[in-house]
Amino acid sequence: MQVPILKQGPYLIATIQSALTDADIVQLRDALVEQVGRYRSRGVIIDVTALDVMDSFATGTLRDVAHMVRLRGAETVIVGIQPDVAFAMVHMGLTLEGVTTRLDLEEGLDHLNRNIKSAAYR
Amino acid sequence: MKPLEVMEDSAMAVASDSDIVLARNQGRVVALRLGFRPTDATLIATAISELARNILLYAGSGEIAIRPLERGKQVGLAVVARDSGPGIADPARAMEDGYSTSGRLGLGLPGVRRLMDEFEIHTAAGQGTTVTVKKWIP
Repeated sequence: MQVPILKQGPYLIATIQSALTDADIVQLRDALVEQVGRYRSRGVIIDVTALDVMDSFATGTLRDVAHMVRLRGAETVIVGIQPDVAFAMVHMGLTLEGVTTRLDLEEGLDHLNRNIKSAAYR
Repeated sequence: MKPLEVMEDSAMAVASDSDIVLARNQGRVVALRLGFRPTDATLIATAISELARNILLYAGSGEIAIRPLERGKQVGLAVVARDSGPGIADPARAMEDGYSTSGRLGLGLPGVRRLMDEFEIHTAAGQGTTVTVKKWIP
C-alpha cells in the first residue's frame, strides 16, 4: 500500500495509514528523497502512528530516509511512535540515533517551524 | 480465553514480503487470544517479523509456525521459523550484535533473543535453519 505524501508549504508530510511491506517502505523512502528536490522542501514529517510494528528493516529504512533527506538539504522528523512500539524497539536495541523524533504531528510541525525559521535569519 | 486445545497450529508459508506482515499479524492475534498483554503481543509480532525476514533474505522461502504452549499452569506461545536455505555457517557470530552478512543492521537474531524468553537455533552450512522462540505469560 502506497503512503500518501502531502505537500504543505515548505514541508512534505507522509502519513502511514496501515502496515507496510518492506517494498512499501523502500518506495516511501525513494519518493520522499525525490520530492524534496522537486518541491524544494525544507522539512519532511513521517507520521508512523498507524504502525504497530517497527522492526529492524523499518527502523533502518526510516533512518536512511532521514540521512538521505539531510544530504538533500532538508530535515526529517519522525512522529507518532506508539508506546508498545517504542518498548519493542528498545528491547531490540533499535534507537533511531541521529534522527529527530517528536510525539505527534503537531510537535513535529512546531519543531520544523522553529528550526527552519531560525535558519532563515542566521 | 479460548481453551488451548481448540487452537490449531498455524503454519504459514513465507515467500514474499507481504507474508512477513501476515505472519506477524497472525502472531499478534494468537498472542492476544492466549491472554498476552498487548505490549507483549507487540514484542512477539516484532520477533516474528525479524524471523520471517531472515527466511526471505537468506533462504528465499520457508515457513513460520505459531503454536500455543502449556507448562503446568503456565501458558505461552512458540514460534518456529524453518527454512531449507544455505544455513548459517557460524551461528555464534550470527547472534552477535551488529554482525551481518547481508549489509543490514545485524540486530535481527540477537534482537529476537532479547524480545522473547527462550531461543533455540538449529543450523549448519547447507542444512537449512530452524529457529524456535518461546514467550510465557508472566
